Amino acid sequence: MGHTSMSFAVQASYLIATLLLVLGLKQMSSPRTARNGMLFAGVGMLLATVVTFLYLPAVHRLASLPGHEGVWWHRLALILIAMAVGGVPAWWSGRRVPLTDMPQMVAIYNGLGGGAAAAIAAVEMYSGRAYLGSLEFPIIAVIGALVGALGLGGSIIAFLKLQGWMGSPRIGGRNFINAILAILLLALTVASIFPSSASYVNLSVDSLVGIFLIASLVFGILITMPIGGADMPVVISTYNACIGLAVGFEGFVLQNPAMIIAGTIVGAAGTLLTVLMARAMNRSFFNVWLSGFGDVGTATAAAGPQQAMKSMDARDAAATMAYFEDVIVVPGYGLAVAQAQHKLWEFVQMLQKRGVRVRFAIHPVAGRMPGHMSVLLAEAGVPYDLIYDLEEINSDFANADVALVIGANDVVNPAARTDKSSPIYGMPILNADQARQVLVIKRGRGAGFSGIENQLFFGANTQLVFGDAQDVISKMIQALKEL
Amino acid sequence: MTGFVALYIFLIAAIAGYEIISRVPVILHTPLMSGSNFVHGIVLVGAMVAMAEARGSLEVTVGFIGVVMATSNVVGGYVSTERMLEMFKSKKENA
Repeated sequence: MGHTSMSFAVQASYLIATLLLVLGLKQMSSPRTARNGMLFAGVGMLLATVVTFLYLPAVHRLASLPGHEGVWWHRLALILIAMAVGGVPAWWSGRRVPLTDMPQMVAIYNGLGGGAAAAIAAVEMYSGRAYLGSLEFPIIAVIGALVGALGLGGSIIAFLKLQGWMGSPRIGGRNFINAILAILLLALTVASIFPSSASYVNLSVDSLVGIFLIASLVFGILITMPIGGADMPVVISTYNACIGLAVGFEGFVLQNPAMIIAGTIVGAAGTLLTVLMARAMNRSFFNVWLSGFGDVGTATAAAGPQQAMKSMDARDAAATMAYFEDVIVVPGYGLAVAQAQHKLWEFVQMLQKRGVRVRFAIHPVAGRMPGHMSVLLAEAGVPYDLIYDLEEINSDFANADVALVIGANDVVNPAARTDKSSPIYGMPILNADQARQVLVIKRGRGAGFSGIENQLFFGANTQLVFGDAQDVISKMIQALKEL
Repeated sequence: MTGFVALYIFLIAAIAGYEIISRVPVILHTPLMSGSNFVHGIVLVGAMVAMAEARGSLEVTVGFIGVVMATSNVVGGYVSTERMLEMFKSKKENA
């Protein structure tokens, strides 16, 4: 098989690298050790990569490849060029992109990993190596390729949607097209496992594999397209898990234990994360995938309430809070978009100096990713002990003087508790409406990301401060200084 | 490595992955998603091997694209996770 001849040095480095990656991931699940964990994982990755590269000529006998006698270093140079081509833009974009755009960057880096898994499978299939062993090798190689390419297609769509470059187009007969493509894809998958079948339809194996990979990619694009933006966290997390699995599968094909273990662990961890998120939104995993929020949302939006919204000046809002005792802040995507987290923390500290108790209530799916808000607040320097999860704080809203909602919408929509016809009915929400007074900082009068009208904004005790969160909070800070 | 040995590894790794993440505060969900994305960037070692063993222009081209994509996964995954976790440092110092 050619893959079993791994040298001792490579084997040992993979053992250590795997240990470091797994320990790193473990440490990343606690705030105190998270940075340390990333360091572990980084060292592990570097070790595996460098040792693999250095031992490529020895282990894979590059020099003896037919047609490559004496020019084996060409291949090494090509690998270095490829690493530069992939690594430099990724480094540059990862450094430069504003923090609010991180979710879509995670989506795209993740998708590219899936593409890499598919590329490995393709090389193994083109060369025929995937078909040398017993049947489990082609089966696993082909399934890994399917999942990897599908994940790449889907991640590209997730990226485009989060970047705001794409809506949720409704294509007539979508289900029919998807069903046809699914059957075609199944046939291509089976055919790729038994490549001799290609000759029945006058195809070369190379073309068959190419068509199979493109069909997988297109299928990933099509199944992700109708899903609404509000469900994107579940989508990205699903693809993260799937691609982990694809990497593990290709690891089996290459007989590479580091890839098997690291890939599988990500597959399992990602699956659990997906389930936790779907549960927090009270949506089953299958509902997210089979129907988008957007499909139902716009229908109910028209039948929304007709009362008037009451607006309030930013200065009055600040003064209101300054003279109360207990304020709960509910941040949402609007805060991230406006990059107002630093201003917000400055404002909160001023309130604290005046003796106001301020806490932050974080809905698990506020923003565009689970934990999105926590990351944002962490960036501004808000200490952990002021940040509360949904279960921890929800009963406290009834006793709070003010709930300050900043750019959040669906996660505070009381329709989730009361309106059985609402698409978000049953989703746990923050009970901001139960506070004595609700102040909402909101950019415009329109409905939220999911397109569902929000009763909270029309409540008797609700006042809206219209404007960009950054501007509004700046004005509120100014107002407090003058008090 | 036969199918069954791989299956055992697969099984134990899956349980380990599940256990590792089962007690994560919400605050770390995004960095952890990004971090686990970095971890499956180990696909890079496989992409390098596939590229090294590729013969003919088709295989070399696909192998090249594979290394490009895998490197983006690793580098992008590392940089974005590191940036998110940097914020936890500043936070700890403030507290």
